[in-house]
Amino acid sequence: MNFEFSDEQNLLREQARGFLEQNCQPKAVRAVLEGEESYDYALWDKIIEMGWTSAVIPEEFGGLGLSYLELSVISEELGRVCAPVPFSSTVYLLTEAILASGSNAQKEYWLPKLAEGKVIGCLALIEREGQPTETNIHVKFDEGNLSGTKLLVTDGDIADLGVVFARDKVGVSAYLVDLNQKGITRKRISTIDPTRSHAKIHFEEVESELLGEEGKGWKLLEEIYNRAAVLFAWEQIGGSESALNMAKEYALGRFAFGRPIGSYQAIKHKLAHAYVKNTLARSNCYYGSWALSNDAPELAVAAAAARISATQAYYYAAKENIQTHGGMGFTWEFDCQFPYRRSKLLAVNIGNEYWWQDRLISAIENERSA
Amino acid sequence: MDFSDTSEEAQFRDQAQKWLATNIPSEQELKGMDHISRAKLWEKRKFDHGWSCISWPKEYGGQGGSAIQEVIWGQEESKFVLPETNINIIGQGMCGPTMMAWATKEQNRRFLPPLASGEEVWCQLFSEPAGGSDLAALRTRADREGDDWLVNGQKIWTSGAHYSDYAILVLRTDPLVPKHQGLSFFFISMKSPGIEVKPIKQISGESNFNEVYFTDVRVPDSQRLGEVGQGWQVALTTLMNERATIGGGGGLGFNEIFSLARKVNFGPHTAIKDIGVRRKLADWYVQETGLRYTGYRALSALSRGDLPGPENSIGKLVGAPKTQDMAAFAIDLLDGAGVIADGEVSELAAEFQQAYMAAPGLRIAGGTDEVMANIIAERVLGLPQEVRVDKGIPFNEVPTSD
Repeated sequence: MNFEFSDEQNLLREQARGFLEQNCQPKAVRAVLEGEESYDYALWDKIIEMGWTSAVIPEEFGGLGLSYLELSVISEELGRVCAPVPFSSTVYLLTEAILASGSNAQKEYWLPKLAEGKVIGCLALIEREGQPTETNIHVKFDEGNLSGTKLLVTDGDIADLGVVFARDKVGVSAYLVDLNQKGITRKRISTIDPTRSHAKIHFEEVESELLGEEGKGWKLLEEIYNRAAVLFAWEQIGGSESALNMAKEYALGRFAFGRPIGSYQAIKHKLAHAYVKNTLARSNCYYGSWALSNDAPELAVAAAAARISATQAYYYAAKENIQTHGGMGFTWEFDCQFPYRRSKLLAVNIGNEYWWQDRLISAIENERSA
Repeated sequence: MDFSDTSEEAQFRDQAQKWLATNIPSEQELKGMDHISRAKLWEKRKFDHGWSCISWPKEYGGQGGSAIQEVIWGQEESKFVLPETNINIIGQGMCGPTMMAWATKEQNRRFLPPLASGEEVWCQLFSEPAGGSDLAALRTRADREGDDWLVNGQKIWTSGAHYSDYAILVLRTDPLVPKHQGLSFFFISMKSPGIEVKPIKQISGESNFNEVYFTDVRVPDSQRLGEVGQGWQVALTTLMNERATIGGGGGLGFNEIFSLARKVNFGPHTAIKDIGVRRKLADWYVQETGLRYTGYRALSALSRGDLPGPENSIGKLVGAPKTQDMAAFAIDLLDGAGVIADGEVSELAAEFQQAYMAAPGLRIAGGTDEVMANIIAERVLGLPQEVRVDKGIPFNEVPTSD
């Protein structure tokens, strides 16, 4: 049994953690939260220099050709510090979409640019409140042009390239859209987590290019989501562990009625339950990473399990971290708000918990009827 | 990252599989035997062929194998229908390791081989009516008389006391010093005059545990483990092995609820179509896989040579309440008929009804949910203990409920 990360992967983890401790301190996250900038430009440039955006891009396209285990390690560390950069949109969503279904020409054109960090990506799906479904996609593709409005696109205001889901003659398909062309209006949107940027995007007859098969967009979306779910889950685990650590440190140092609040069982049990949720989620993520890196047929089940348990764990740790801090946790001055904001953003970023629970049971039904 | 054995592990697994495939006793062979004889027959057969207590030293009746080999054996053995569950699981899992750590070489040579072969069964006498979660508050006394100690008092919640040959036990040898300092640890013959065993009837109707009464029972001082007053330290050796021995399962899992939800109706559809049902199933599924893969990670550490730590308390803390909630949910799914306890009237209902009534015990035995959470908070997260009002006070002056 060797169900663990290798020594090299653990070394990468240490290196990533050290790098982020230096380059993504809480004050850097706060600067984006309170400032005008959409993301931390300096951090993003350094991340590109480290090669993280090119981790799983094959060497023939200018990437490092590493496995998803290495990317998992990086994701966890980015999540731990609530990094204010467009990493998930670019790497887990856009790059994955092109890797999964791009034509040779699309791969040859875009992957080297993504590997070099010259392109920020996004995935544009949501058009209104409530669960997106294949039937409520109204952005239209007709005769080479794409028109309509996407209500909320993570990193949509800064992205250079988007995978946009639109209705065409056949059904719903995915289109690659250069977002720096004429006919595109982007409006920055304020969200629950301003440490990540969001935009409403209007497309007015813009040039776009089919990605994958016509009419098979929804299937592609689910495929991208299955892969991205594991990586999102790792970010959630990193954040959740960091929230638990914040709570623990505070509980050790804060005294009430003459003793540290961490000695009261009401606090201890809360934090023990957070630890348990984190551990179960982490173990599900291990399995998710195993399935992802081996292209295993178990991915649908593994990804959903990782995603559901990580979403639940992060929400619990983030809210109970504030609760453990008491009034101070509710102040703007304290950093407890970072994981609380980020946990909710990540929870709904690629389909909410309920959607994944339903998908998990469907995937198990499929597995067992096969 | 993979799930495969090393070549040595694979070879060991292969040998275990082959031996198991040809050596499980047939029903014919077991005919007419009670469950104790069936269990003893299987233990003896494993011992005779070198498959018992794999990680124990050879001179004590073990095989001198590694911890991971012990786990592999357990995995392979659990794939077969055995004559009976091991009635010596506490003896081999907890009493044996305690003896190895504290008894003399001569004692271990005498007592451990028959424990490994199942010819002698051991139990553990720790809990008392006045000391459950607060184990060190136990009151059963031992007073020195020449070369012996005279034992008086009562133990409770002892599994297998009625068929055990020996027991390990903690006793109060000095009530005038603070709680933990007045304890001493012994092993004792369960056949000693003055020991009386009474079964406890549980809410499930079963009797898995006993009360054990001591009236002027003599135990030789030579059967003391550790120094006089060092009993708590010895007991910790036992407890460290307890979490590994007592799991949180109970037979009911995701698969049972999943198939039930595909069978029964819920409004116009089968229950599995209902989103509320699916959500609950999903939650239990991710808890189960989370525990399974946490186990794989622990095995990987074991395979590397690391020792298991307090983080293993998670299994019981998650597993026991999950079993209870699933049993309760299964009864809900069966609706009105879910309360039926008669297997001839409703096979399904009876199964879940039994699990429901047994589940509260899972959350208490071997450390309550609350104690498990304390262990994680204190020993994994490093949070301080609660203030203890009995600290530093002589035991006989500590306030009690009676």
